[in-house]
Amino acid sequence: MPSILRPQTFPPYLYRMLQSILFLLLLVAAFGLFAWQVRKIRANILVGRDRDMSGHSAERFRKTLLVAFGQQKMFKRMTPALLHLVVYVGFLVINIEVIEIVIDGLFGNIFGFHRALKFLGPVYDVLMATNEILAALVIVAVAAFWWRRNSNPPLKRFTGPELRMWPKLDANIILYIEVALMLALFFMNTADLKLHQMRGEDLPGTFPVSDLLVGLLPSSEGTLHVLERLGWWIHITGILLFLNYLPSSKHFHIIMAFPNVWYSRLVPQGQFSNVESITNEVKAMMDPSFVVPPAPTAPDGSALAPTPFGAKDVDDLPWTNLLNAYSCTECGRCTSVCPANLTGKLLSPRKIIMDTRDRMEEKYNSPLIFRPNVYGEEAKHEPTTDLANATLLRGKVTPEELWACTTCNACVESCPVNINPLESIIEMRRFLVLEESAAPNSLNVMFSNIENNGAPWAFSPSDRFNWADDLFAAEKPAKVAVT
Amino acid sequence: MNPEAPAKKQITVPVMADLAARNESPEILFWVGCAGAFDDRYKRVTRAFVRILDHVGTKYAVLGLEESCTGDPAKRAGNEFLFQMQAMQNITTLNGYGIKKIVTACPHCFNTIKNEYPALGGDYEVIHHSTYLQQLINEGKVGVTGGESFKGRRITFHDSCYLGRANNIYEAPREVLAALDADLVEMKRSRANGLCCGAGGAQMWKEPEPGKKDINIERTEEALATLSGKADALANLGGVETETAAPGTHDLQGSIIAVGCPFCMTMMSDGVKNKEQEANVQVFDLAELVASAEGINA
Repeated sequence: MPSILRPQTFPPYLYRMLQSILFLLLLVAAFGLFAWQVRKIRANILVGRDRDMSGHSAERFRKTLLVAFGQQKMFKRMTPALLHLVVYVGFLVINIEVIEIVIDGLFGNIFGFHRALKFLGPVYDVLMATNEILAALVIVAVAAFWWRRNSNPPLKRFTGPELRMWPKLDANIILYIEVALMLALFFMNTADLKLHQMRGEDLPGTFPVSDLLVGLLPSSEGTLHVLERLGWWIHITGILLFLNYLPSSKHFHIIMAFPNVWYSRLVPQGQFSNVESITNEVKAMMDPSFVVPPAPTAPDGSALAPTPFGAKDVDDLPWTNLLNAYSCTECGRCTSVCPANLTGKLLSPRKIIMDTRDRMEEKYNSPLIFRPNVYGEEAKHEPTTDLANATLLRGKVTPEELWACTTCNACVESCPVNINPLESIIEMRRFLVLEESAAPNSLNVMFSNIENNGAPWAFSPSDRFNWADDLFAAEKPAKVAVT
Repeated sequence: MNPEAPAKKQITVPVMADLAARNESPEILFWVGCAGAFDDRYKRVTRAFVRILDHVGTKYAVLGLEESCTGDPAKRAGNEFLFQMQAMQNITTLNGYGIKKIVTACPHCFNTIKNEYPALGGDYEVIHHSTYLQQLINEGKVGVTGGESFKGRRITFHDSCYLGRANNIYEAPREVLAALDADLVEMKRSRANGLCCGAGGAQMWKEPEPGKKDINIERTEEALATLSGKADALANLGGVETETAAPGTHDLQGSIIAVGCPFCMTMMSDGVKNKEQEANVQVFDLAELVASAEGINA
C-alpha cells in the first residue's frame, strides 16, 4: 500500500480494520434507513380498503415473469424499450459486482484480499467485460433518456402540468446519479488496472472499456491508489444513497413494479369491481327473506363508522390502487393514449396516480424527501391551505377530470407495470354519484330514464319491440352449383 | 345486386315468453340491447342480424318487452346501485327462462352480462355477434355470397373498447370482414392500441368536457386518413409513437368504416357527417355487411 494513506505511526491492520468497520456501519445505516422508509410506505398502502388478492399463484407468477421481469409491455414502443432494457440489464448485472464490492468491503480489508469473485476465473473475465460494456451502454442510454426529456421540445409524454417542478427534477436526478455511478465504476477499474500494469501484475478480469481509459490517468502509484479507493467508495456510497432516494422518487418502480404486477387484476379489463354492500341492499329489496350480513365491527365489538360508497380520499381506495401509485414511474404512456387527454381535456391518468401518492404522503407517512405536486394556474380547484381536509377527490382530482373518462381501458392496457388508473376513476365517480348526487345533470337524466323506461333514452318501454314490425328478408336465391 | 327484385318473406321474431308457454327453449337468446331496440340507425343492425339468424335456421328468441337496460351506462357513470337493480331484474328474467347462451350485437351489453352478471347470480355463455358471425362463416352456414359484392372496396375496422381491450376480441370481426373479399386497411391505432370513439363510460349521454376537439372527430379523421391513404393526414394524428408507412392515395368513394358497437356507430357516423364525407364513406355494422353480402338484406 502507498505510504500516503498509511502513516508509519498507524499500524496497517488498524487502517484496514477501520475501513471495514466504516463500511459495515455505512451498510447497516443505509439498509436500516431504507427499511424504515419502506415500513412507512407499506403502512401507507395498507390504509387502503381490503381486497382479497390471494390465490392464482401460478398465473400471477407467469404474469410477473413476463410483464415485470420480461418487460413484455415495454416492447410496444421499440426505442424506449431497447434503451430501458440496457439500463435494466445493466442494473441487474452490475449488481453482481456490487455483491463483490460488499464482500471486499466487509472482509477483503481484514483478510487482505481484493476482488473476491476472481476465483471464478474465465467466468469472472466474462462478468467484468459484460459489466464494463453494459456500464458504457448505460451511459449512452441515459444520455438518450436525458435528451428525450430535456430537448426542446421534449417528447410529448414528458410534458403536462403534472410533470413540472419536482417530478421533472426527480427524473433528471435519477439520470445524473446513474451516470455518476457508472463513472465511479470506470474510475475504480481504470485506476486498479493501471496500478497493476505499473507493478507488472495481472489484474483478474477483462476490462475492455477501462483498457481504453488507462492513458487518461496519471502514472503515480500513490495517486492511482487514491483514485481506485475513491472510485470504490463513491460507487458503493452512491448506490446506498440512491437506495434511500428511491422511496422519495418515481424510481421506486424498480422495486414496486414486481409486487404491483403480482397483485394486478386477473379478470378481463372490462370487468369493473362489484360493491358488495350494495349487492346486499339490492338483494334485500328484491327478496324480503334475504338476511343482510351484519356490518363488520371493530375488534372490541363496537360498531365501525359506515364506509362510504366509492372513494373520496386515499383510504377509500382498495390497497392495490395505492400500491399502483408507488409503482408509477411517471412515464406517461397512459396519458399519451388517453382519448380525453389527446383531445385536450383535463383528464390525465398519470396525474390521478401521482395525486394518489402525493395525497397518501400528505395525509399519512412521508419518505425522506416529500415534494407534493404544485399545479399552479393549471389547478382547476382553489389552492388549498387546509391540507388535512384537502381530500384526493376535489383536493387534488377534480370532477371535471373524472367525468372526461370514456372508460376505454387504453391507460390500463398501456401501463408497462399494470397500473389501473381506471379503477380509481370509477371509485371516485361512485362517490360523486352515490354520496354527493353530484353527477352532471345529463347523466342524472340518463339514470332516471333507466329507472323509468328501462333504457338510457327517453323512449317508452312499450315501443321496445317495435323494431321487429314489418321485418322482411329477401328470399335467398337457390345456390348455384359450383362446377 | 340482382336485377329482378327477389321475393321477400316476412320474419316473425320469436319471443321468449311464447316459447316458454309452449315449453320450448331456444338455442340462443338474442339480447337486442337498448340501442338495438330504440336507435333508428341500430335497429337496422338488429334487423340485419335477425335476417341472418333466420337464414341459417338457428333456433333463437328475444326477450321483447321483457328486456331492460343491462345497467352498463349506470355502472360506468358510478351509479352502482342502479346498475345492480337493473342487473338483478334482468338476471331474474333470464334465469326464469333458464337461458344458457346469449348472443348480442352490443359490446357493452356483452361485457356487462359476461363479466359482471356472474357475481350477481347470472351465469351464461355470452357471445358477441362478431364471434357468432365468424362461427357461421367458418361452419359454411353463411357463404357471404349471392348479394352485394364488396370486392375491392376499402374497409377499415374500428375496434370497440368493450370488445377489444375489455375482452380481447380482435380477430373475430376482422375474420368476418376478410370473408367479404374486400380491401381491408388497418388504422394506425388498432387492436389493443385502438382509439375510443368517445362514447364509452356513459359519455354517450353527456356533452364532452371542454377540450380542443371531440374524440369522435379525432377517430374519424384517422379512419378517413387511413382509407384515403393520405400521408400528411396520417402524420397529423397523435397518440402512438410509431412510424407510418407511406401509403398510396385512394379515392374515398365507396369506402366503409366497419363497426361492431351501437355507440361507435353513432360516433363514427357523426364524425363522417362532420367531415362532410357521408356521400363517399359509409359506416356499417358487421351484421349489415354480412347480410348484404349474403343477399338477404331486404
